Amino acid sequence: MTTPEITSQQKAAQRLSERQGKPANLWLDAWHRLLRNRAAALGFILIALLLVTSLLAPLVAPFHYAAGDSSEAHTVPAWLIDLLPGNVASYAKVSSKFLFGSDYLGRDILSRLIWGTRVSLPVGFIGAFTALLIGLVYGCISGYYGGKLDNLMMRIVDIMYAFPTMLLIILMMAFFKSTFADVRPGTVAATFNAINDVIDSVMGLPGGGMLFIFLGIGITAWMGMARLARGQILSLKEKEFVEAAHMIGAGDGRILLRHILPNIIGPCIVAETLAIPGYINTEVFLSFIGLGVDPPTPSWGSMISDGAATLRAYPHMVLFPALALAITMFAFNFLGDGLRDALDPRMKGTS
Amino acid sequence: MAETEILLQVQDLKMWFPITQGIVVQHHTGDIKAVDGLSFFIRQGETLGLVGESGCGKSTTGRAILQLYRPTGGDVYFQGQNLTKLKGEPLRLMRRQMQMIFQDPYASLNPRMTVGDIVGEPLEVHNVARGRELRERVMDLLEDVGLNRYFVNRYPHEFSGGQRQRIGVARALAVGPKFIVCDEPISALDVSIQAQIINLLEEMQQKYHLTYLFIAHDLSVVRHISDRVAVMYLGKIVELATRDQLYFDGRHPYTKALLSAVPIPDPAVEEKRQRIILTGDVPSPANPPKGCHFHTRCPVKITGTCDVTDPEFKDIGNLHWVACHRVS
Ligand SMILES: Nc1ncnc2c1ncn2[C@@H]1O[C@H](COP(=O)(O)OP(=O)(O)OP(=O)(O)O)[C@@H](O)[C@H]1O
Ligand SMILES: [Mg+2]
Repeated sequence: MTTPEITSQQKAAQRLSERQGKPANLWLDAWHRLLRNRAAALGFILIALLLVTSLLAPLVAPFHYAAGDSSEAHTVPAWLIDLLPGNVASYAKVSSKFLFGSDYLGRDILSRLIWGTRVSLPVGFIGAFTALLIGLVYGCISGYYGGKLDNLMMRIVDIMYAFPTMLLIILMMAFFKSTFADVRPGTVAATFNAINDVIDSVMGLPGGGMLFIFLGIGITAWMGMARLARGQILSLKEKEFVEAAHMIGAGDGRILLRHILPNIIGPCIVAETLAIPGYINTEVFLSFIGLGVDPPTPSWGSMISDGAATLRAYPHMVLFPALALAITMFAFNFLGDGLRDALDPRMKGTS
Repeated sequence: MAETEILLQVQDLKMWFPITQGIVVQHHTGDIKAVDGLSFFIRQGETLGLVGESGCGKSTTGRAILQLYRPTGGDVYFQGQNLTKLKGEPLRLMRRQMQMIFQDPYASLNPRMTVGDIVGEPLEVHNVARGRELRERVMDLLEDVGLNRYFVNRYPHEFSGGQRQRIGVARALAVGPKFIVCDEPISALDVSIQAQIINLLEEMQQKYHLTYLFIAHDLSVVRHISDRVAVMYLGKIVELATRDQLYFDGRHPYTKALLSAVPIPDPAVEEKRQRIILTGDVPSPANPPKGCHFHTRCPVKITGTCDVTDPEFKDIGNLHWVACHRVS
């Protein structure tokens, strides 16, 4: 039979012989598509730079984040002084020692921004990571097994959702700060504090209280992911290829790992990349109201909070951390959007 | 046909889907009687066509036989073993004997797996082969179904509908099944490609001595491939006979209506063909009519009988079964 079907097969075979044995890789294709997207590539590069900066903070930062002399407080660099609104030059000390100026204790703003990436980035990544870990597992179980279990698990999520997230985090952070503030050895709180100390010292931010921030954000981050994953699974498990997998005798583990997960992980990663700015924002807000990291740990949020008191006189104290925050948020949003396009199944096979 | 041995025996098969309501506590408020008491058998090596309108329960029948859905009632004997009683490992092993070919060649292949992984998965799951040997067998299978053996590294989206359906056939054949449910395997394909897939299925049947339950929604498709044909209406089989008995001597008014819709190749006869147009809609399987399910649309119904009692599904001779009060 010489039908179009056969000739198209022959053509396909010919095309194949050109790249024989070399398997196509869907993830690699997606990666190439991502890099071809300018905004996404820019976001990716920015995030990579931020990561390197945070890893090399002690080498990159000109000063230590806590080092400062109050005699050098509120200095403004010469290049900036004319750009600031108002007549800053009439009262501010000008010093070229600090590139971005110094804060109310005479600490270098640039150095604190650089060290601050060690708070913001981990908070964003831990938020996304716990959301994926807890949310994905929770959503998978709920969606895949369905029935009464699904009903129960989703009602729990509904209840947690009904509670304002910000309020929940604030209550939780207040609870951590009061209960875990001062403890005798052997108690649960002491154990948490010990873990916290380890994390803080690994991150090079002793006394920062990072564990509690991670906990606060992690505990409230997973519900959205659980819902998303469940919804995806509900639609996928009715697909014929999942049925075909049942038919050939594949077990639940195999079906979840080989057939369902690879098909939902893309949208889930996109959703979490786009959620990272939210986690960073939450930490900034918590630090702004004094429930985040403990001083003198430099969080962009606490820097904005410090600067807010003297916003009219020294706007540069707020300007730089706010800019850093905005750039980071843009970077993650660009990357997330790019990922969505790159992983979109409709784009598959296009070049 | 010398194969008189019965491979599959279905007795009073029922598949009801519960309808539930309520947000926190679910109340059972009724059932969708998708399949409501089917009895038939399939002989070794034959093809039984199963025909009916969309939504009459054909796919559900296939899935309930294969235990993809656990039937609400009835028994399915495969080589004398009651599948409805099988669970866990024995059921999993049984899956080597029975397979399914799906309707939608786009939805039935995992877009994230290569053709080699898709066709090789049954072999892997059942520990039939590994590594190089597995790859060789997958390549042989691809060649068997008329594809290039070097397609193993490619993804489903690189193929046309017909090629994808061939991949589906290769997957079904991988572990050497005896019985295959073909659930409208050509409905989603171009007309030009339908014949190729039918030919492939017939070729494979000869080569591997397969037994088919071939599902379709119109009689013209099953005519070519079936030895016997069952006509289904709203969860029940209304008529079951050999192909020729059914096409030349269909007794049930629903069968006659379906037959009247099949075009006849001979123009002289085609001209005289009278279509029987059924009036009304198919009732909902959640609330089927009392008595004979077909009476609401039947042109020859007997008031007082058809809308009261359910006709018996009986053999009117020569293994020709009909469920109709008009036929005796
Ligand atoms: N999992 C399910 N849950 C509830 N109802 C179902 C389910 N599967 C099928 N049904 C219902 O059972 C009836 C029969 O469906 P089925 O898919 O078997 O029809 P079909 O004859 O294969 O139709 P088609 O030709 O469209 O494929 C339909 O009314 C359908 O809505
Ligand atoms: Mg169907």
